[in-house]
Amino acid sequence: MSSLRGLETPEGVPIQLELASVGDRLVAAMIDLALMNVVVLVLVIMVALSGGRGRAELAAAVIVVMFFVIRCFYFPIFELRWRGQTPGKRATKIRVISRSGGPLTAQAVVARNLLRELELFQPLAILLAPAAVAGGFPAWVGLVAGLWVLVFAVLPLVNRDHLRAGDLVGGTLVVRAPPMLLLDDLGARGPATLQFRVDQLDIYGAYELQTLEAVLRLGNSLENLPALAAVAEQIQKRIGWTSGTERVSPWVFLGTFYAAQRARLEQRLLLGERRERKRGAGSAAP
Amino acid sequence: MSGELHMPSVRFRQEREASWRTLEALVDRVQSSGLRSLSADELARLPVLYRAALSSLSVARAIALDAALLAYLNALAARAHVVLYGGREPFAPAFLRFWARTFPRTVRSLRWHFGVAILLTALGATVAWRELARDPARWSDFIPPAYAQGRGPEATDADLRSVLERKETPRSALIHFSSFLFTHNSTIGLASLGLGFAAGVPTAFLLLTNGLILGAFGWLYGARGLGWEFWAWTLPHGVTEIWALLLCAAAGLRVGQALVFPGRLSRLASLRRAGETAGIVALGSVAMFLIAGLIEGIFRQSVGDPGIRWAVAGSTFTLWSLYFALAGRTP
Repeated sequence: MSSLRGLETPEGVPIQLELASVGDRLVAAMIDLALMNVVVLVLVIMVALSGGRGRAELAAAVIVVMFFVIRCFYFPIFELRWRGQTPGKRATKIRVISRSGGPLTAQAVVARNLLRELELFQPLAILLAPAAVAGGFPAWVGLVAGLWVLVFAVLPLVNRDHLRAGDLVGGTLVVRAPPMLLLDDLGARGPATLQFRVDQLDIYGAYELQTLEAVLRLGNSLENLPALAAVAEQIQKRIGWTSGTERVSPWVFLGTFYAAQRARLEQRLLLGERRERKRGAGSAAP
Repeated sequence: MSGELHMPSVRFRQEREASWRTLEALVDRVQSSGLRSLSADELARLPVLYRAALSSLSVARAIALDAALLAYLNALAARAHVVLYGGREPFAPAFLRFWARTFPRTVRSLRWHFGVAILLTALGATVAWRELARDPARWSDFIPPAYAQGRGPEATDADLRSVLERKETPRSALIHFSSFLFTHNSTIGLASLGLGFAAGVPTAFLLLTNGLILGAFGWLYGARGLGWEFWAWTLPHGVTEIWALLLCAAAGLRVGQALVFPGRLSRLASLRRAGETAGIVALGSVAMFLIAGLIEGIFRQSVGDPGIRWAVAGSTFTLWSLYFALAGRTP
């Protein structure tokens, strides 16, 4: 969860989305390009096999049109029909959304893919066959064209949201929206066995609570035991809590403390008091 | 505090979890096998469940401190959001609306850019015409040899005339010819649109170059007294084709303008608005190029009479003018 971006839905509720990494997008583009080539290849073979009986002209016409259709419409058609995804994007689990939070329109999809000609196909052509593109022009034209292409290539690397020129024009954003499991509620574990005083629960804030939650979610395994014991000891010292006669395991202590602490903080939340961090180190617990 | 803890978030989750799970299952199914896999009833429930999940998310942010719950609800809302707002509308009504309203309106909104595109082309044509009238040896400065295909000041009248009057070609060759022309012209049009992103400079350059070529050929045929036949040969498809090209260029200039002079908007917002225009023009002009390609490949090579060719050119011009001037106006 390195790069989250806020997005306001049309319903007015902000949600956080994870930005797709440049690597993911590159891999997706590679997959799509490979797929386009495979489709063209299959098509040429099919036409070649069927066009032997004096239909060479028609076959050539079909191939020319299909080349064009695939080159211009592969991306927009998939992004429209698969709700912002192409086969490559689906494989890397990323998708295109509208930056405004509203619906992804056909115009936006067409606009963002129009610039692919400049950002992807022309650079590839210059890279693979410089003579075919810049041949016949003086060398400085080739140099300028190369620089121009370079600007487009590095654009996604130099802006915060990894927008390429097509995203700028289309008003789009490429994100990851992976499914997430709903974990057990650690606060719903039945009646508490240990008691805490209110002043003991008024020391920590939401941040510490959620850090403790992360520790607890690692589980009560053997290799996690030293960490649990260390955290439990630190909390007990901080809030001045001592076990009575019986020994309490760190796991039970932390689980119970978590539930009590959360109940206390959520009750205060209902009253409009949100405590983010623990009280300063200077004012020790009584 | 005694045994039973009062935790609003626990009860909140217990009450709503079932509806989240239902939404999650629906979203899973849409993402793996499409919207069509849902029944009418499930389809109707999807937006309701989505809004319920959003409201749960807002409530949870206010009352719950369970990080796992907040992360789950956020992810669920995000996934449902992309499913619901991922953009897919039924094709036929969208298609009709595009041709009846969106495209002509957008073209009208570009009338100034369109005018600039015409001016630049006319400028190129005038320059080529006047330069060639003074010194025909400069022909190769304006027209690359590959493009000229033997047409030039050194060609005989008969050669030039033969290109204009050719009409006997096998049917299949026509198909190839028009499909090639279509893809070639569309690619040029889309490139001139996309190049608008470079502040419109390459677009203006393309317009001037196009004007030069047009002016050079106009001069060549005009000087030989073949002007009437030449324009009869060019214009039946040329009206549609040049129009589409000018539209693409106009949209390209619009994008360039949005980048350089964003006005009151932020540069990003201004580009986004221009991009919408560009997308619409791109879709419409590709269809225009297709029509032009069909006229060029099939009609032109099978009808030789300049009178009929002029009539077709005139009627396509009138039809496009009426369409762009009148279609989609609110009464």
